Amino acid sequence: MTMSPWLDVALVATLVWIAAAALASRDLFRAVVLFITFGLLLSLAWARLNAPDVALAEAAIGAGLTGALMLDAIGRSRRKPDGTEDEER
Amino acid sequence: MSRAPVALVVGLCTAFGVALALILPELPDAPPDLALGVVTHLPDSGVAHPVTAVLLNFRAYDTLLEVVVLLMAALAARALPPEATDAAAAKWGRPVFDTIDRVALPIVVLLAVHLLLIGASRPGGAFHAAAVLTGGGVLLRLSRGLSVDTITRGRCAFGVLVAGPGVFAIVATVCAAATGYFIGYPAQFAGMLILVIEAALALSIAFALWALFP
Repeated sequence: MTMSPWLDVALVATLVWIAAAALASRDLFRAVVLFITFGLLLSLAWARLNAPDVALAEAAIGAGLTGALMLDAIGRSRRKPDGTEDEER
Repeated sequence: MSRAPVALVVGLCTAFGVALALILPELPDAPPDLALGVVTHLPDSGVAHPVTAVLLNFRAYDTLLEVVVLLMAALAARALPPEATDAAAAKWGRPVFDTIDRVALPIVVLLAVHLLLIGASRPGGAFHAAAVLTGGGVLLRLSRGLSVDTITRGRCAFGVLVAGPGVFAIVATVCAAATGYFIGYPAQFAGMLILVIEAALALSIAFALWALFP
């Protein structure tokens, strides 16, 4: 099965764009969601580079676990000492 | 953040990216020696997949140190004061979580065992199985508030964490006594030893990653 080189170009361009959007986002939750998306697209890139082991690891750990850790951190950083939510962060 | 430093950093990164894109096609082809060596010695390594052979046999020392680093990260995470269980977990709709638990957790266990066993011949192995198991652990943490500390008390948790690198180190030392090389598996036992080490590593790494979620 031959893949058009434009697929790779589109993948790289989307990767760069999502990375820039994740870094430029004001809302932390949105930034983490974009990071998870970035991780999934990066695992696609690894698959295109014929590295299935790295692709599996990237999807599971890079996108899944790190994304979950960061979401957890956002949730904790929003919590004020009396237990209510601080919506500013 | 103010505009000027951000713009500078973005500019530098873009310039670096463009420079890399220009240089990369000019690089000479990678010498085939290492890949050739792996393919030549693959039948002796005990597994059929070259990546697993490299990770668990040819460069097993790197994997051992890597797992010790993970252990240290888990110990550092556990050194922090424990967080109170989320009150929010009790507010969420129980039916959704119960259904997700009932459907997803058996699949998680099956998938983890499958990935562990298939690592000998296909992409898989200890780290992938550990990542899937950690996903199950995070699910438990979210739906039932089960963190590492509710499953095991202090020393037991430490024991599970150390079990992985411990088994690896013990096997490596026994092999040093048997064949004269640290982590030099005897050829006829290599596959079985790698499987034992991978199983212990998967449990240990899953526990270590689960411990990162307080």
